[in-house]
Amino acid sequence: MNGAHDLGGMHGFGPIDPEKNEPVFHADWERRVFALNLAMGAWGKWTIDMGRYAREQMPPAEYLATSYYEHWLFGLEKLVIDKGFLTREEIDARIAELRKA
Amino acid sequence: MAPDIPQRSEHPGKAGALLDTLTGSWSDPRSGGNIDAMHTHDDHDHDDAHTAPLTETQLRVKALESLLTEKGLVEPKALDVLIDTYETKVGPRNGARVVARAWVDPAYKQRLLRDGTAAIAEFGFTGRQGENMVVIENTPKIHNMVVCTLCSCYPWTVLGLPPVWYKSAPYRARAVIDPRGVLHEFGVDLPEDVEVRVWDSTAELRYLVIPERPVGTEGMSEDKLAELVTRDSMIGVARVEAPRR
Repeated sequence: MNGAHDLGGMHGFGPIDPEKNEPVFHADWERRVFALNLAMGAWGKWTIDMGRYAREQMPPAEYLATSYYEHWLFGLEKLVIDKGFLTREEIDARIAELRKA
Repeated sequence: MAPDIPQRSEHPGKAGALLDTLTGSWSDPRSGGNIDAMHTHDDHDHDDAHTAPLTETQLRVKALESLLTEKGLVEPKALDVLIDTYETKVGPRNGARVVARAWVDPAYKQRLLRDGTAAIAEFGFTGRQGENMVVIENTPKIHNMVVCTLCSCYPWTVLGLPPVWYKSAPYRARAVIDPRGVLHEFGVDLPEDVEVRVWDSTAELRYLVIPERPVGTEGMSEDKLAELVTRDSMIGVARVEAPRR
C-alpha cells in the first residue's frame, strides 16, 4: 500500500531536527498508548504487520499532521473494534463521559 | 510474534508474566532479571494531577484504557511494568555492550556478523522487535546507516525505543534519497570515496551498526569502550569519538 506512510524518497519534509537528551516518552498518554498496544497485542489477535497496517489506515492528511503515538492510538482503536473487543459506540460514550467529568 | 492465542483465563494479569510474554526471555544480568524488584509506577494516573481539561487525545487514551481494564483485557499494573521496562531498563546501553565486545573480541565480532540474533542473545538481549537481527560493520571505506521508511522498525532489544527523529517524516523520506545530506546534519561528512549503504528495516529484519572504533582507544577496557558508544552511532548517523585527553 503506497499511502502517506510510504515516505522513502519524498521531497519537501525539511531538516531532521533531532532533540537533545530526548526522553523515551514526551507525555503520560504516550506511555499508556505504548503499553496498551503491547498488552493488547499479547492476546494474539493481530500480528505486527496488521498493527502497522491499521495505523496506515489513517487518512493521509491526518497521518502527516499527527505524532507517532497518535498513529498508535488510531491503530489500536481500529484493531480493538475490528476484533470485537470494544465497539465504536462504547468508546465514544466513554469519551463523552470523561469529557463531562 | 506469539504463535498462540491465549485464552482469556490465561492472559497474564500478573505483571511478571505479561513482561515475559511480551519481551521473551529478556533479562539484564545487572538487574538479575528480577521483575519483582523493578520499580513500578504506583500512581499511573498522572493526568489527574493536572487541572487543565484533558485534550482530545488524552480523553481517547483514558477511554480506551478504562474500558479495556473494566473488561479484564489489560491490567494497569502490568502496563506500568511494560512502561518502566522500556523507559528505564532496555536501551542503547545494551547495544553499546555488544559493540564494545565486538571491538575487543574478533571471534565475537565474527559470530555477530554471521548471526546477529544469536550473538546478541549471548548477553541475554532477546525478545520483541529483536527477533531477527542483522549486524553490519562500518569501515574506513563503507558507512552503513539504518532507517525505516514505512514506519519505525528499530532493534528494541539493543537500542530500546526509537527517538522521535527516527520515526519522523524528514528522516524516513531523506535517508534513502539524500543520505550524505542527512549525515551532514548529524555532523558526519564522509569523503567521496566512502560508500554509503542505507538499510531499510522491516517488521522482520532489524539492523545494528558496529561503528568504527576510534583511534586512540587501544588498550581501553571493554567497559570503558562501551561508555563511548552512542545510540546514534549504532543507527549509523554518528561516529564514535575518542575520549578527550
